[in-house]
Amino acid sequence: MTQPLASLRKSLACAYPAATFETIALGAPALDRRLGGGILRAALHEAYAETAADAPAATGFALALARRALAGAEKPLLWARQEALTAESGAPYPPGLADIGLDPAAVAFIRVRDAKEALQAGAEAGRCATVGATLIELFGEARAYDLTASRRLALAAGAAGAPIFVTRVSASPAPSAAASRWLVRAAPSRALAANAPGSAAFAIFLLRQRGGAAGQEQHEWRMEWNRDRGAFEDRTFDASSLSGPVASLPVGGAPGEGAPQRAGRKFG
Amino acid sequence: MTLADARARAPHLAVAQADPDADERLMLRLAAFCEQFTPLVALDPPCGLMLDATGCAHLFGGEAAMRTCILQAMVRLSFTGRAAVAGTPEAARALARFGQEGVTPPGEDEIFTRPLSIAALEAPKETSVALTRAGLTTLGDLADRSSAALTARFGDETMRRLTRILGREDARITPLRPLPECMVERRFAEPFLDLSAIENVLRPLIAEAMGILERRGEGGRAFEARFFRTDGAVAVLNFETGAPSRNVEALLRLFRLKAESLADPLDPGFGFDVIRFCVLNAETLAQSQIGFERQSAQEGDVADLVDRLAARFGRERVLRFAAHETHDPVRAASYVYASPSKPNAWEKPEPGEPPLRPLFLFDPPQPIDTMAETPDGPPMHFKWRRVRHMIARAEGPERIAPEWWRNAAGRDRRTRDYYRLEDREGHRFWVFREGLYESETAAPRWFLHGLFA
Repeated sequence: MTQPLASLRKSLACAYPAATFETIALGAPALDRRLGGGILRAALHEAYAETAADAPAATGFALALARRALAGAEKPLLWARQEALTAESGAPYPPGLADIGLDPAAVAFIRVRDAKEALQAGAEAGRCATVGATLIELFGEARAYDLTASRRLALAAGAAGAPIFVTRVSASPAPSAAASRWLVRAAPSRALAANAPGSAAFAIFLLRQRGGAAGQEQHEWRMEWNRDRGAFEDRTFDASSLSGPVASLPVGGAPGEGAPQRAGRKFG
Repeated sequence: MTLADARARAPHLAVAQADPDADERLMLRLAAFCEQFTPLVALDPPCGLMLDATGCAHLFGGEAAMRTCILQAMVRLSFTGRAAVAGTPEAARALARFGQEGVTPPGEDEIFTRPLSIAALEAPKETSVALTRAGLTTLGDLADRSSAALTARFGDETMRRLTRILGREDARITPLRPLPECMVERRFAEPFLDLSAIENVLRPLIAEAMGILERRGEGGRAFEARFFRTDGAVAVLNFETGAPSRNVEALLRLFRLKAESLADPLDPGFGFDVIRFCVLNAETLAQSQIGFERQSAQEGDVADLVDRLAARFGRERVLRFAAHETHDPVRAASYVYASPSKPNAWEKPEPGEPPLRPLFLFDPPQPIDTMAETPDGPPMHFKWRRVRHMIARAEGPERIAPEWWRNAAGRDRRTRDYYRLEDREGHRFWVFREGLYESETAAPRWFLHGLFA
């Protein structure tokens, strides 16, 4: 049984260059292991906001992924956002972008009228090899974003070797050609001194991973985005622990990977 | 004459309401059509067109042939026209409307215009009446008088008109559209019908225009393709690039995108007579050697992409973030067209700090109902869009005063106390209380200004 599989793998490896399977690690060892090294670089990824109120969280999660994808490369991010979202959750605010760790000067932003235009812009940008990552934000049950459209985006991402992220707000997950699909919800942050809100935190659920090992346990991941390191940090077990705050538990991973817990922050 | 009188004389008279606006639209369409003869076309109200044929006539085989050609084109569009060619616009107008049509040889404007009736002056009625009463019936009579006396009697304007009609003084026309930097066109012996082959026509045209620009050391920024249809309609396609360009293929791609995005697609109808490509705006573009510096080539690619997107979605939708040096959070960032201008530096966040500014900002800020423990403390809960958010974590206030030096314009902006809030579900908000208690307002209002990731 394994013999034909191995030969198939080999022929696939010949058909596609190695870059096809290059992954972007999220920086949290347990999650990266679960994903088999990370999410595919040359592929389409979707982030669904669990409720409309979680739209900024879905965007933040996708932007953090884009930040991981852009790390080190002097390539721009192209961000196409459907105009209807401005009324829903406001317009992008560059200083906030910098607070996530992206350089606002390296972002080209396109305000598009509808999902069709968003997809056109995204496909156009996705085909361009000099764009480091593309983010497309759709609102509602966009009929234009069907299996064909997503397949087109996936092919564009594959050809250019850069990821395309699609965030969806007020839409229920639908089949598509995405390599990974996430359900994203805002999660309570770890409080800083004087009970101040901390870094961006997400509760994410991997709905689907193309080619991912089946039968693995599924659970919600609590991720905190560490802007200074440009990496996600696993807080899954912090959040669900019953015995109060404990240090992050890197499950089976190198203990050195997690950043030291910050006791507080300076004011001024 | 009243309408009743007119009907009495011609019982089958067709009557329609005058519609000056429609007339003007028609004249503008005709003017666009006439741009295939010369790029300098102006309206000559009420129902005339003024064409500056300087340097164009020889393309049609002389002024007389050009005049015939234009008149024939008008007949094909089922218009009857009168046309005169003269040294000055005023002389041409006077001859076309009041005199003999045709071509005035250079320098002989006065000979041809002298016999015209003084009506050709198109002066106010009292002036014409006064001139007639004085026994002056032709422009020649008038021209023989001392101009000082005439000016004193009838005013400057009338005399200036007279000297211009007589060709003693010349004035340029103000064309409807400024002259393009460079213009190339293809005329077809048979109307061009095959839309699929249009790029085969445009490619050499663009290449020719780019050759002209290259010799000048320039690159184009704004371009226009004009399609003159046999039936008088003119289709215009405009596109722009973010940086000066001489890249034929890139321009063709922009044209294709623009053509695809048209609301009513390019329609050849009975065929195009003339296809013209203009560079409306050009800037200096130095020769550059490509290939060694990968980086610059990459930037070129991104600039190309921005141009393509701008051609499809419009310039105002393809944006870049611009930073401004101010503490006012609203003015600190703006959107500008994503041209490859100087990149501006954004403040790097302080290591160890949580995000202090939201990812999304509302404009205008959204009013919220809040409940706070103390008047100047953070809210315990607030209601936004009919949802109550119970606050679990809060930080603030961060007091941001208005820029008083901008308040001179009369905009009342009060001090804002900003708070970062997080509700029990983990949504993070940026809210502010407008106005300081007691010193600025009695009942401060609360607003939600932004959302954190």
